[in-house]
Amino acid sequence: MGVTRDGEQGPNFAPGMILRARQTILTEGVRGSISQRVMKQFDLRQGVDPQTYGLGIKEVWEIPAEKHKPGFVQHSFGWPMDDGTYGGAWLYHFGENLVSYGFVTGLDYSNTWLSPFQEMQRLKAHPEFAKHLEGGRRLIYGARALSEGGFQALPRLSFPGGVLAGDSAGFLNMPKIKGTHTAMKSGMLAGEAIAETLGQEGSSEATSYTERFKSSWLFKELFEARNIRPAFARWGNRLGALYAGIDSVIFRGRAPWTLHFSHTDHEALKPAEKSKPIAYPKPDGALTFDLTSSVFLSGTNHEEDQPIHLKLRDPSKWLPVNWALFRSPESRYCPAGVYEALEEDNTMRLQINAQNCVHCKTCDIKDPTQNIDWCVPEGAGGPNYPVGM
Amino acid sequence: MKIVVPVKRVVDYNIKPRVKADNSGVDTQGVKMSMNPFDEIAVEEAVRLREKGAASEVVVVTIGVTEAQPVLRTAMAMGADRAILVQTDAELEPLAVAKLLKVIIDRENPGLVVMGKQAIDDDMNATGQILAARLNWPQGTFASSVTVEDGRITVVREADGGLETVRLALPAVVTTDLRLNEPRYATMPNIMKAKKKPLETIAAETLGVDIAPRLETVKVVEPPVRQAGIKVTGVAELVGKLRDEAKVI
Repeated sequence: MGVTRDGEQGPNFAPGMILRARQTILTEGVRGSISQRVMKQFDLRQGVDPQTYGLGIKEVWEIPAEKHKPGFVQHSFGWPMDDGTYGGAWLYHFGENLVSYGFVTGLDYSNTWLSPFQEMQRLKAHPEFAKHLEGGRRLIYGARALSEGGFQALPRLSFPGGVLAGDSAGFLNMPKIKGTHTAMKSGMLAGEAIAETLGQEGSSEATSYTERFKSSWLFKELFEARNIRPAFARWGNRLGALYAGIDSVIFRGRAPWTLHFSHTDHEALKPAEKSKPIAYPKPDGALTFDLTSSVFLSGTNHEEDQPIHLKLRDPSKWLPVNWALFRSPESRYCPAGVYEALEEDNTMRLQINAQNCVHCKTCDIKDPTQNIDWCVPEGAGGPNYPVGM
Repeated sequence: MKIVVPVKRVVDYNIKPRVKADNSGVDTQGVKMSMNPFDEIAVEEAVRLREKGAASEVVVVTIGVTEAQPVLRTAMAMGADRAILVQTDAELEPLAVAKLLKVIIDRENPGLVVMGKQAIDDDMNATGQILAARLNWPQGTFASSVTVEDGRITVVREADGGLETVRLALPAVVTTDLRLNEPRYATMPNIMKAKKKPLETIAAETLGVDIAPRLETVKVVEPPVRQAGIKVTGVAELVGKLRDEAKVI
């Protein structure tokens, strides 16, 4: 805390702390900084599929009382995205005249011109969504990556001195777009396993966590859902949906085969010249909005005088790769307008507005050469979402 | 010398406040709440005075709902020694707050009260002044610098168009402005220590003070949305619009 923009110790500098524990439960959410390092150091991902992610962007609306139907649930997939791009939306009526609308884009998309934010905005113009939101006002905006790999992408769950739980491991159930119940269960199993380990002399790894997981409903649930997401990745939305129906209705998730994810999300991106540009409609200011006014509603803020927390591992790579080949995909996939490609002195440069960051981690995931390093910013920075919304 | 620092729990300064659909007030349901930033400055200044040896104890006080306790813990993590919560679910106006504070201050008998010049939720900028009047103590408001010496306090005030330096006899009430200091972070060890510091809860109704509101809120509305700008074709059109539509020239 209190490190200045230049990396010096400012007047309010407070040194970091080393927390030592016999067992550490990592529950950082998707793409956690410590979890990533632990997975690498202990080689926890050996022999499992690469993790695949989605980017969820969400808005909360307040709508006229006469339109509000508490408990109303609507899901969609497909339009406005093409058959090869996975994604879908939800719309829930809840609380006092509130509507939660969100859109998840599979980050294994290939078209570098795609903007998850714009896809999310333009779906609201669809009559089935517009009719709910018209006459209402948007209250909150937020975004977060989620893990979609499910069963096949789960790493080894324990390592000497700790375990991975929740989305640090990737327990989200993708077909249900739900991960809260699975995260809670994984935490309970981890707790039981660790209690057992701490009671044993000389044992440093809670290995029974994996066994406990395998004999729980959590395993069964994720196992039965395992083929849905890869089917979409493999055959597109139409055939994927057909397969998903067969897999879940006929085989009830117990098909005698398992479909796999063949590549990471960042490898899926195609260069600009091989991608078809997408003409997104302009925001109307009533149903659809621009990025700036959206980010404002996330309540995000970072202490200004701190080192930029989004770093390029090799800054010289940006121009020849991100710009020349892909035309700056980060300026489109970032749902907070952090990245801007600016023309300066007849050349292009990348502007990083780290203060806007809503901590979704998409850049860490999707950068084609994994050159963007999402470092942890100073504590207390980031989006401010209201509880329960 | 003991310093009492009254603090208020408000909607976090990063949150865009939202007016309730029935225009009765601001919706605080599920919204992140924090210490009023001006009060953080007051806590910081009080802790600095103690660290310099000008004070021996810093007591933070808040008046409000039970959920205001974390604000007191934050103040103690920043260095305050103990805390008092005057518990009430009632909506309070500055007059009521000042009256309740006076009871606490009469009991605590501090040499100095340092508090934020205003709360960022209602922007009243009144409690410090009313409190000083009711205590019949001198007041130094909008402080950008504070020095304690020989039973007196010198306060540099951010007055309109410049700085005004006043010297007050203690005990006194000082309200803080933005430039007074930059509050420190509550560090992890201090947050842990703050959990063990004493926090006393007093029910407001036991203090024998009339806290009934004197004002009636008729309506709360959001500021009007700014109209989009237009592009003019030339100077003539600009001048024409300024004269005929905006009527500013």
